[in-house]
Amino acid sequence: MSQTLEIIVNQKLECNVALFSNVICKLDSDIELNNFQIAYKTFGKLNKNKNNAILVCHALTGDQFVSGKNPITKKDGWWSRMVGPNKPIDTNRYFVICSNVLGGCCGTTGPKEIDHKTNSIYGGTFPSITIRDIVKVQKFLIDALEIEKIFAVIGGSMGAMQVLQWSIDYPDKLINAIHIAGALKHSTQNIAFHEVGRQAIMNDTAWNKGNYSEKNNIPERGLSVARMIAHITYLSEDAMHRKFGRRLQSRDIISFGFDADFQIESYLRHQGRSFVERFDANSYLYLTRAMDYFDLTDNFSKSIEFSPIPNQHINYLIISFTSDWLFPTNENKQIVKTLNYFTRNVSFTEIETDKGHDSFLLDEPELDLTIAGFLNSNYNKLTSDE
Amino acid sequence: MNKINSIRKDWKLIESFIDSNSKVLDIGCGEGGLINQLEKNIKADTRGIELNPELARKAIAQGLNVVQGNAEQDLNQYSNKSFDYVILSQTLQAMMKPKEVLFELLRIGAKAIVSFPNFGHWKIRLQLLLKGKMPVTEDLPFAWYETPNIHFFTIKDFQELCKKSNIVIEKSIGLSSRGRQFEIYQSFNEANLFTSEAIFLLSYQNYEPIKIKSKKKSFIKNSALAS
Repeated sequence: MSQTLEIIVNQKLECNVALFSNVICKLDSDIELNNFQIAYKTFGKLNKNKNNAILVCHALTGDQFVSGKNPITKKDGWWSRMVGPNKPIDTNRYFVICSNVLGGCCGTTGPKEIDHKTNSIYGGTFPSITIRDIVKVQKFLIDALEIEKIFAVIGGSMGAMQVLQWSIDYPDKLINAIHIAGALKHSTQNIAFHEVGRQAIMNDTAWNKGNYSEKNNIPERGLSVARMIAHITYLSEDAMHRKFGRRLQSRDIISFGFDADFQIESYLRHQGRSFVERFDANSYLYLTRAMDYFDLTDNFSKSIEFSPIPNQHINYLIISFTSDWLFPTNENKQIVKTLNYFTRNVSFTEIETDKGHDSFLLDEPELDLTIAGFLNSNYNKLTSDE
Repeated sequence: MNKINSIRKDWKLIESFIDSNSKVLDIGCGEGGLINQLEKNIKADTRGIELNPELARKAIAQGLNVVQGNAEQDLNQYSNKSFDYVILSQTLQAMMKPKEVLFELLRIGAKAIVSFPNFGHWKIRLQLLLKGKMPVTEDLPFAWYETPNIHFFTIKDFQELCKKSNIVIEKSIGLSSRGRQFEIYQSFNEANLFTSEAIFLLSYQNYEPIKIKSKKKSFIKNSALAS
């Protein structure tokens, strides 16, 4: 059967979907995907020279709705304060692409979608995936959009992992790499937190080994507990204290029971509840696993030094946050040290904030200034050379 | 001479020490003024390291390769002789371990460019002699209890350290407090009196590679052929 690529519009999700049929994409697990789809959104216009494309890689629970309105939640896109017209990543100037990752639950091939081999929903039969697989699938999209060189690949957290993976797997495809709050590997502590989240989901009787859609049942309780745990790791003790303290929720005295007496409890319960409405439990399992498997401690330096494809042109910008204990500064600095050892183009800054790992999504003027300055001055250099 | 003019003059001299298209690392690069100038004027391939996060970010926002970091802790990440020149401008006297830092410069770079305020200047000597107090001058305007400069030294001290450590002084230029510039000679004692700021170009003693005389023309070439 012949290979086909078709780009359709998904009305419900208000985005494009690239459908790849009879195209072989071999995963790290040796399993092959033959028919897969990538849901993506673009903002701004690709210019004539096709040199203004920016790929934004989303984090664990992100999606393609980086800017504008999210049609599912009816809220602003997850990075709409960073991406848009006259924003730090200015869509008047750049062509921004954001795609839902492989294994996600917003229209890209994942456990929620239909397996073309069996014509039923993947569920627990979805193959195990890695960050490398996620990037491999993104590459199919970039090729489909006929973009020779991406001006910049940007991402925070799991998005930062994808940025590193892009820079070692397809170094000739990108010019700038902005890596925010990530690491060369997922740490032991981070794997531990993920495992607790997964156990919460898998111990929910509704989970049914991942095949819950057959029974029209969702492991809501498990998924919301997983989200509550994870949410704590995205904040910092200081920020939590500042925001909630020991204040009570809608009451003057404690209840002597297990209601959400404290504001922090009520907040976490709300986070858990609203997460269930927009995210798939299986996607959560598969993607946390992909992050756990991420480890470039050996590969990164080897690839930087010995890559068969030229990679010396890549300008790296590494950013960390002082209160991030999930991907702390010293882990980010490992990347900087490796790049400096080989005298590569690397910039690094640590931004002081008490907002924890989530800082990259929040209002941090220093982050905006650094990213906008880095992109614009490198873009000016590029276009003045041409 | 005001501070900005003095910095510009310092940069100009540093630039004159550097061959074009060189690889340059500036330690304590601030917002990247010097490396920006070197990239534009002599097509240098530059990197910078800066302790102050705001300044580092200003440099990054100009598209310069600058990492936020500490000269006394973070130089070990650079590999041996990975730069043609390593610059340390006006900061050696503020280091906890100036000698170690100086050695690091020459490990990372084939050559090092170091500039520092000369504590042997006559105004400083006179203040200490007549007033009996730690000198405060236009170029060193801090009181003893709040100065970032914790290791004061003179040109003579620096020359002695270089000699003891087998460091070759390739060039050394003094700037007087009025901005006049002159070459500093080892035996020329007046330089130590009149130099308010000194700039040194340093390298390690270059040894000629040992040549092995043999009937075979080259060991390396033959062994390559054999394999």
